Amino acid sequence: MSKSLKLLICAAAIAVVSAGAIAQSSKKTGLGREALPQEVAAWDIDIRPDGGGLPVGRGSVKEGEPLYLEQCASCHGEFGEGVGRWPVLAGGHGSLTHEGPEKTIGSFWPYTSTVFDYVRRAMPFGNAQSLTADQTYAITAYLLHLNDVVDDKFVLSNENFPKVKLPNQAGFYDDDRESTEKHFWNKSPCMTNCKPAPAKVTARARVIDVTPDTKDTPKVD
Amino acid sequence: MSDKKALDRRGFLKAAGLAGAGVAASAAPAFAQAKPDPNITEVQDWARTLGEGVQAYPYGKPSEFEKHVVRRDVEWLTASRESSVNFTPLHELDSIITPSGLCFERHHSGIANVDPSKHRLMINGLVDKQMVFTMEDIKRFPGRYNKAYFLECAANSGMEWRGAQLNGCQFTHGMVHNVWYTGIPLKTLLDEAGVKTNGKWLLAEGADSSAMTRSIPIEKALKDCMVVWGMNGEALRPEQGYPLRLVVPGWEGNMWVKWLRRLEIGDQPWHHREETSKYTDLLADGRSRRFTWIMDAKSVVTNPSPQAPMKHKGPNVLNGIAWSGRGKITRVDVTLDGGRNWRTARLDGPSMEMSMARFYFDFDWDGRELMIQSRAMDETGYVQPTKDELRKVRGTNSIYHNNGIQTWLVRSNGETENVEIS
Repeated sequence: MSKSLKLLICAAAIAVVSAGAIAQSSKKTGLGREALPQEVAAWDIDIRPDGGGLPVGRGSVKEGEPLYLEQCASCHGEFGEGVGRWPVLAGGHGSLTHEGPEKTIGSFWPYTSTVFDYVRRAMPFGNAQSLTADQTYAITAYLLHLNDVVDDKFVLSNENFPKVKLPNQAGFYDDDRESTEKHFWNKSPCMTNCKPAPAKVTARARVIDVTPDTKDTPKVD
Repeated sequence: MSDKKALDRRGFLKAAGLAGAGVAASAAPAFAQAKPDPNITEVQDWARTLGEGVQAYPYGKPSEFEKHVVRRDVEWLTASRESSVNFTPLHELDSIITPSGLCFERHHSGIANVDPSKHRLMINGLVDKQMVFTMEDIKRFPGRYNKAYFLECAANSGMEWRGAQLNGCQFTHGMVHNVWYTGIPLKTLLDEAGVKTNGKWLLAEGADSSAMTRSIPIEKALKDCMVVWGMNGEALRPEQGYPLRLVVPGWEGNMWVKWLRRLEIGDQPWHHREETSKYTDLLADGRSRRFTWIMDAKSVVTNPSPQAPMKHKGPNVLNGIAWSGRGKITRVDVTLDGGRNWRTARLDGPSMEMSMARFYFDFDWDGRELMIQSRAMDETGYVQPTKDELRKVRGTNSIYHNNGIQTWLVRSNGETENVEIS
């Protein structure tokens, strides 16, 4: 290799390196600012199944009962049975294979942390984030009691929280459509004579009659 | 073929007859039986007088004759309108972009009325630097782009699992819309904060009073998610998350967090309400699929449909939409005889990945009863299944992800009904 060619390659390599350095430094725009710890604390209130994110605190089933009756029962019912179409929170054990399953904390939800997290961030409906940490522990404890997960003497705290397991935790598994529904992939679906006999109507929406203001019969010209 | 011959022959005879009449009575009108149309012979008000001037409507609205083209809800579905859903009037729309004011709504604690000057986006958790951005900061980021994506609620068609229930594609399929978004890649913002190597999941959170949260795997967050402030060329509508929302292409609508205020990076999913007690798919054996994010290929005939029945024999345009969370729609077939025989419909306009496609099928109707269906296919080779094929795998309790083939029964009087067939 000639000296001049070597030099040329060297120069090219330097150019590549410096261009890379520019791209690297321009990756950060400098927009925005660092978040203050108090700001992160104000918004980062989420809880995980392992108890990550829990505030220090405690609350008993006994303390939870009057709070629940005052703050929650008007929608969810005194026993978590749900009023009207508001969510049912208790009961429904063994109903998941039935027609019309009741998906409650005790029958369906996988983690206690979901209850605490949602009550903490979004409840009571229309007055979110108005409960103290201890009140949230107490309401969660009461809901666990309504679902027969703990007895009426139980006190829930940030320390014993991860030990409280819900019955249906093992009832969930990751999306498996690409294997269990593999037969829905088909390069050449049937185009002609795909059914042995003419199709017959087996169900009609009209019979159920739940559509808002169904219109009159149309006119055909 | 024989139909076409007959038509040509009729056309020929008609022309010959007219020519004959012209010869026999040259001064008489050709159509003795026809009355002139007063819409033509009389001067209409709008052709005589002045209309309203510019600025009568600083923000324009549709014609008063289009008042019926609105989102509708089904009151018995939910406990309150603050935690409810309404539906896009698909049977009144065409092309592939949904007008902003007709995009269906789904809120968990009502429409947050956010002042953009007070709105902040925080990034925290497993990042090099926890950060806060204002709306002005976000709009200054390089790499702004525009892209159309469909958004479908995972519960779209969820009422139909146990059988035909609601009469109208607005109600059976109206929890879908397709919008051009303006924004930046989510990756750009995450790079600014610097995601740590153990950061595997992202939690997106809304600023409304439900503080909506969803866990998203970091691969998806870095691949094609967008943080957007614009829809269809203008600011997001309040009910669509003004001033900032997350776009998660091809994945269920619940993950597209509106009024987006926080992105947290973590090493495991959070298992919050919207990914455990809701948006998990309960199957017949009592177990449930979780993290069923992708919306599979789906289509529906929007015209005719129960709210837009057949009105005319002769030429008709069958009109519909298709979409897939796995990529582009490559083909849509339609049947008029309940799935015995299929014809490939005409895809009109661009077919973009994870965006709605429009299809048409031009046909002559002789007044015979029809069982109309459409069947979408995407670029992965996925074929939209029948409802019974879906039920065979999933049972009828799963609520979410019902992408089964829809049947409309058209009676000889034109009446069109949501049915299920053998």
